[in-house]
Amino acid sequence: MNRRGRSLLALLGLLLLVLPSVADNYVLSLATLFLFFAYTGQAWNILMGFAGQLSLGHALYLGIGAYTSAALFSHFGIGPWAGLWLAIALSSLAGVIIGFLALRFSIAGVYFALLTIAFAEFARIGFDHFTWVGGSGGLFLKVLQREQIDLLNLRGTPTVFYYVILTLAAVAFLACSWLMQGRAGYYWQAIRENEEAAQALGINVFRWKMLAVIISAAMTSLAGVFQAFYYNNLFPEQVFNIARSIEIILGPIIGGIGTLFGPIVGAAVLTLLADSATELVAALGWDLPGLKQLIYGVALFLIIVFLPHGIWPRLARTLKVPQ
Amino acid sequence: MLLAAGAAGLAPFNIVRAQSGKLRIGVLLPKSGLQGLIGQSCQKGADLAPSVIKDLLGIDIELMNADTETHVDTARTRAERLIQDGAHCLVGPFDSGAAAAIAQVAEQRGVPFIINIAAAPQITEQGYKFVFRNFPVASELVRNGLALIADLFRATGAAARNAVFMHVNDTFGQANAKAISALMPQLNLPFRLLETISYDPAAKDLSVEVAKAKSTRADFLLLVSRLNDAILLRREIVKQRWNIMGIVSPGSPGMYEKQFYQTLGKLSEGCVSNVPWFDPKAALTKSVDAAFRKQNPRDQLRFHALNVGYTFEAILVAADAYKRTKSTDAQTLTEAIRSTGITSRMMLGGAIKFNAKGQVEGNLSACIQNQGQQPVVVLPKPSAEAKPNFPWSEYRRA
Amino acid sequence: MPADFINLANVTISGVLTGLVYGLMALGLSVIFGVARVVNFAHGEMMTIAMYLALILFTSVNVNPFVAVLPVAILFFFIGYFLQLNIIQPFISRPEHAQFILLLAVAIIMTNSTLIAFGPDARSVTLDYLLESVEAGPLLIDRGKLYAALIALGAAVGLFSFFRFSLTGTAIRACADNWLGAKVAGLNVQHLYAITFGLGSACVAVAGCMLVLLVELTPAAGPAYTLLAFVIVIVGGLGSMNGALAGGILIGVAEGLAGLWLAPSAKSMFSFALMIAVLVLRPRGLLGNKL
Repeated sequence: MNRRGRSLLALLGLLLLVLPSVADNYVLSLATLFLFFAYTGQAWNILMGFAGQLSLGHALYLGIGAYTSAALFSHFGIGPWAGLWLAIALSSLAGVIIGFLALRFSIAGVYFALLTIAFAEFARIGFDHFTWVGGSGGLFLKVLQREQIDLLNLRGTPTVFYYVILTLAAVAFLACSWLMQGRAGYYWQAIRENEEAAQALGINVFRWKMLAVIISAAMTSLAGVFQAFYYNNLFPEQVFNIARSIEIILGPIIGGIGTLFGPIVGAAVLTLLADSATELVAALGWDLPGLKQLIYGVALFLIIVFLPHGIWPRLARTLKVPQ
Repeated sequence: MLLAAGAAGLAPFNIVRAQSGKLRIGVLLPKSGLQGLIGQSCQKGADLAPSVIKDLLGIDIELMNADTETHVDTARTRAERLIQDGAHCLVGPFDSGAAAAIAQVAEQRGVPFIINIAAAPQITEQGYKFVFRNFPVASELVRNGLALIADLFRATGAAARNAVFMHVNDTFGQANAKAISALMPQLNLPFRLLETISYDPAAKDLSVEVAKAKSTRADFLLLVSRLNDAILLRREIVKQRWNIMGIVSPGSPGMYEKQFYQTLGKLSEGCVSNVPWFDPKAALTKSVDAAFRKQNPRDQLRFHALNVGYTFEAILVAADAYKRTKSTDAQTLTEAIRSTGITSRMMLGGAIKFNAKGQVEGNLSACIQNQGQQPVVVLPKPSAEAKPNFPWSEYRRA
Repeated sequence: MPADFINLANVTISGVLTGLVYGLMALGLSVIFGVARVVNFAHGEMMTIAMYLALILFTSVNVNPFVAVLPVAILFFFIGYFLQLNIIQPFISRPEHAQFILLLAVAIIMTNSTLIAFGPDARSVTLDYLLESVEAGPLLIDRGKLYAALIALGAAVGLFSFFRFSLTGTAIRACADNWLGAKVAGLNVQHLYAITFGLGSACVAVAGCMLVLLVELTPAAGPAYTLLAFVIVIVGGLGSMNGALAGGILIGVAEGLAGLWLAPSAKSMFSFALMIAVLVLRPRGLLGNKL
């Protein structure tokens, strides 16, 4: 990364760090959403951008992470810092199962995507009947009184949650950056570019693809833990929903698959787009439900048609920063 | 960078809105997405509120409407935005998931939040100090509903021995099912439940479920459903020639909504729903009805009774509190809401009075029967608009 | 006959009939993928629009769906043709995720356009004579499902004949088997792809016109149908026409039986489990060609 890139990155980091002290709660809530999707997008990107597998059921890992930590907290009083380990373990296990099935039986491309959808849907309906965690009636966590901060149990003000997700997103960014420059990154790139050649060169394709699946699943589950404690209620219908899976992948695809900054740029653009669409509709004074989503859909359409590799590569060229 | 610029760019709207001195009420409802239909129905209750409240209490209120898009993330950010833009209190959001999300925002910001409709009991069990709900929780809803069934049978002389219970397997359906299984043994009802069948809310075909229900040979169908499934079930009952006494709901939407009549025509006749409803004889109901007809000339209040009524009452609570304290300060307003005691109301039940958890106890249900392709209050007798008619003429003992 | 057996027979027949209608919908998807290798994630939304069209024709000019089927199918053929040629064609060579997002964007635009145009009210077409079930001995067959299934079958047979016997159909099959060879032989591949997409869309339109008699229609109905179409097509075999119909019948019956014997609210879990099993054990599906 050249000097220009580094200074831009530092500027971004600084801005995000001081945001809570200059922005109001509304902008903060938007920023939290942006960071949430930047983080999950980054996690998904590992599987897609690095290992080349299109997963359309990533909400599965979100849900497992969320429900595991929430159930531990509400039934046994185990806090999220301890609970997240089990969340990661279970999520990785799910990833291993899916990865194993896919790799062992050569399920790739659109078939793999459908496999992931099936698993997520299966989980959604399954959890609807899983009464120990509330079934379709939902799982509610006890909330503390306002202004009280209990970091141990992740209870606190929106600012607290903002810094938590900021940390997660920053760590994910650094981790991906480190991975990309290391052996894992090279092997993944090789596998993505030409799997057979990579295999011929002696790279254990199975092992590295599996690793991508597991890392992606584990990272996503942490976002689930965050979600459980930020919203304090979980419904299988919302948590495992395919719409959630789609939201996760929109960021990296719009921003640029396989790049480090793609998920971040994508998440920022989408959050801003959604909010601008709402503001536009409100400013025009048209009370037409569905208009905002229509604008969103049209924008999405235009981006994918005219910027097929995502926004980041074009943006990077303009800013004269290497990708 | 982009976000801050965006927010700064939008600031002028804030300045303009912050200058009026009225009570500003943020109305959060799902106007698009899966719950869009119900949200838009509730919105009608909000839209007529300012004029009715001006006549009733002599004060001016300003509504700030927001669409939660039936999406929890949106509900949360919209709530933040409304408070940012100067809403003194929040009202809404029909959906239990959104209610829980908004409740946290309200609690964090110390802004009162009055829930119009949401049956999940946990929301008022989480210890919030700024959240209020004027709607019966699932157990109360079901208790009233089941009791009314007994009243219905007594009033019509129908001798139903047993029922089959079908319910939609979503948040609402499960809450009701739980309440029913807890209450049935306590209530000493004249009928018993032969079987419980739950079905997928997204199911497009309920023939299997009805076949199962039919083979129980029950006398009538106890149903907790949504609109779409209610329509599907009613048709399926005819197709499979299941000649039961009738369909009775202990407290769920569907059978009294406009589309039910429009789609089913005469098939909609006789279905019974025991739901919270307006008191047809109350003075406030008449005022609201007049305002409703002015704003919706081709519609009728009774097709939106529940949605409009409770949304209106939520706004009424806020306006009433403001009138008593003349202050829009959040803490004062909240305390004023906490000490609400509105006796002259629109919906059936005791006074609007919040208990320590912010919940109103004593909201009652009415027995609503479909007669002449519209919902009509048949019980309790003092509020009745017509006599109940049960069972269906096609009834054949199984 | 014992009541249980009657129930079983009724549920199975019902499953076969609805399976045929959903099978037709899936057929459209399968044909599109088998030939043009486009994964149409806006499939359910397209069907929803067809359903709304049939509804409007019924409520405004009193044309019942059985008659409306033909004009709506023709209209959708042209819509599909146009969509493929102008919008989707450039994406065929692009990676899957790009195709997916494109069609997802199209789906979002379609869903919300219908919401704005028609409002969120649930609607359907009610024809009184369809409420009269057909009696076959002790069995009761849903008349609406019966007629819908017959039309779906008719449309499927029509499509099969087209691909089997007509010149264009043969040309399309050639494209599917060997794209490069077809181009070398001088076939206008783009035009043929567009025709295929048009045919797939016409299938979906017919299925939609039939479904509007059986279910409740809301603007948000699309995604569930898309998912169902995919489940059927995977189980039956992506790219196989017989497979789509067979898959439809299989899923229809399986869901019915799962509902009868297990918990009705979990019956779709069964379909997803079946899809996973097929993906793992026999990815080409029941009747698909070897991948």
